[in-house]
Amino acid sequence: MKWDEFFVTGEPMIYGAMASIVLVSVAIVVGLTYFKKWGYLWREWLTTVDHKRIGIMYIIAALLMLFRGGMDGLLMRGQLARPENGLLDAQHYNEIFTTHGVIMILFMAMPFIIGLMNVVVPLQIGARDVAFPRLNAVSFWLFFFGAMLFNISFVIGGSPDAGWTAYFPLASNEFSPTVGINYYAIALQIAGIGTLMTGINFIVTIIKMRAPGMSLMKMPMFTWSVLITCVIITFAFPVLTIALALMTVDRLFGGQFFTMANGGMDMLWANLFWVWGHPEVYIVILPAFGIYSEIISTFSKKNLYGYTSMVVSMVAISALSFLVWAHHFYTMGHGAMVNGIFSITTMAIAVPTGVKIFNWLFTLRKGKIQFTTPMMYSLAFIPIFTVGGVTGVMLAMASADYQYHNTMFLVAHFHYVLIPGTVFAVIAGMYYWFPKLFGFRLNERQGKLTFWVIAISFNVTFLPLFFLGLKGMTRRMYTYSAETGFGPLNLIASIGAVGLAIGFGLLVYNIYWSFRYAPRDTTGDPWDARTLEWATHSPIPDYNFAITPKVQSLDCFWNMKKGKEKLFEDELEEIHMPSNSGQPFILGVIFFFLGFALVFSWWVPAIIGGLGVLVMLGIRTFERDHGYHIPVSEIKKTEQRLRGETV
Amino acid sequence: MMKQLFPIKHVMGYLLSLVLSAVALVVLIPDLSYNVKLTILLVSAAIQASIQLFLFMHIQEEKGTKSTLYINIIYALFVGLVTIFGTLLTMIWGYM
Repeated sequence: MKWDEFFVTGEPMIYGAMASIVLVSVAIVVGLTYFKKWGYLWREWLTTVDHKRIGIMYIIAALLMLFRGGMDGLLMRGQLARPENGLLDAQHYNEIFTTHGVIMILFMAMPFIIGLMNVVVPLQIGARDVAFPRLNAVSFWLFFFGAMLFNISFVIGGSPDAGWTAYFPLASNEFSPTVGINYYAIALQIAGIGTLMTGINFIVTIIKMRAPGMSLMKMPMFTWSVLITCVIITFAFPVLTIALALMTVDRLFGGQFFTMANGGMDMLWANLFWVWGHPEVYIVILPAFGIYSEIISTFSKKNLYGYTSMVVSMVAISALSFLVWAHHFYTMGHGAMVNGIFSITTMAIAVPTGVKIFNWLFTLRKGKIQFTTPMMYSLAFIPIFTVGGVTGVMLAMASADYQYHNTMFLVAHFHYVLIPGTVFAVIAGMYYWFPKLFGFRLNERQGKLTFWVIAISFNVTFLPLFFLGLKGMTRRMYTYSAETGFGPLNLIASIGAVGLAIGFGLLVYNIYWSFRYAPRDTTGDPWDARTLEWATHSPIPDYNFAITPKVQSLDCFWNMKKGKEKLFEDELEEIHMPSNSGQPFILGVIFFFLGFALVFSWWVPAIIGGLGVLVMLGIRTFERDHGYHIPVSEIKKTEQRLRGETV
Repeated sequence: MMKQLFPIKHVMGYLLSLVLSAVALVVLIPDLSYNVKLTILLVSAAIQASIQLFLFMHIQEEKGTKSTLYINIIYALFVGLVTIFGTLLTMIWGYM
């Protein structure tokens, strides 16, 4: 292979990206060396097994990916802003909408959700860490290096260009001869293994490690939503793993699973992809529902309305989410019977979702509502998400879907569901739990301004797409002629996209400003909240709770504040903690190396990488690591320091 | 004393697994029809799976997690069967 085939050449924008990647990498290395932070980075972050730090790293990675995916979105909107635009050529446009989809779903929404999950769930159930802290670090580093592998594709070898669904036969070697789809298969596989392990880890954590007295029906709603999500992850991700493995065999070893000849079945890919893909939608939306439940209840100063029905609807959603996948390809040629069945199951999902919407409304009813930044995102979510949901029911009708299928109407629908559903939720969750992690709140005035910019720009961007879709503009078309009349609405949408970019800039500025100037919170409970995570100090000590709490009710912390309940009655005891390890990081690096070699079919490096993985697993198997103990005297000192007393 | 020390359950499970593996080899007889072969395989696989769950993985032994484990298995069966039969439905039976 020649160098000019290895690197992507001939695009000024790509050269710019290469230059900026080199500059940023050099700046990071120089900065770390100049400020002597290499040791700090290694000891405190790269080797950590602490769920809070892993959560923060997930969220930082997700924000970076939000930037990357957002840039993709901006480029697409730039290209479509006027008819016959020449900003991007067809190939580049294909690559960009593909990476936009993959990055936003798998490397932005998922890690943001998993990051919040990591931070909050152990605290909400009164645990010291997750059940398998080391595995948690492995999950993070596999996700991280999977994401990095996917991201370098646009400068080395070329990005995948067959859509985020990578349908066969387009994704086969015959029609996609570059290594782009190999990146897709391998990077998603590596990140997917990490996600699957997270799912198992959190199920065990929630089932086995709840504080004494916290029965399942006394768990906070966010923890419930995470439990259901992890169950879906555990059952849906193996399907993706297998589908990607078959894809890899097809592309690297000449397999015939998804080919059109030799007994292969190209549509089986679409089928398997959506068997995973539809539950995936609920994997990113259910934790968001949990976040909204916490926020709405806290800022209405009321307990959550219809707790049991919330749980029942989530369980129902988890089962129904596995029954609807074929609605993603109604037009592929099934009979009316199949489409009828999947229409009905799809519409049935609107019922439990509707129950949840009404429960939030009833929680708000007669509440003392406080309009804080997280609450504003939550309030905006309800009407906007409902628009997304209603258009979803329109798409669910198979016969009508023949009109909407693969038009901008669909694009508008899923952005109307995923942005208020997931993006607003993770931003709201970040504002809400930020003081717990860092000990100060993000500035509220800037936060509200950001909210208005994002909420308005979002509607300006995506509302026109509904009408464009109904007018007949299909998704993924890279240009259109002036006669189509698509110009004005597309221009409005592109203006909205600039607004969203400004909103993201404001969000980043808000974080930066608050780090420097925001007043520090000393109470550990700045929102006057209800659940257990607010019962410890902020920032949180390594061991989370000095004394294991004893829970009697759902809103135990609220009841404690009202003097109805006592949480911390036991004496201080020595605390057993897991020790840090560099192995997960090294394993991630090896997986990256292995993945990169596989993408280019370099067999010798790939075999070395594979052996490296086995060696790492072997080392871990025979390792004896019993963690360490924090003595009572040290806990006392930490507690006094966090309470602000002088030692 | 001997009864407590000798892991009768495990030995039984082990022997049963061996027998079932041998039974599965019956399908190599060329005269049997496809349906008979498939029935033999499915039945022996189901028994094999339950031996794993009950004799080796001790699914029913701990009170606290018993119901969780059963719910989990039922859910897994649900997802697995839906995936298999749903795929057959969309890709073969219901395909025009």
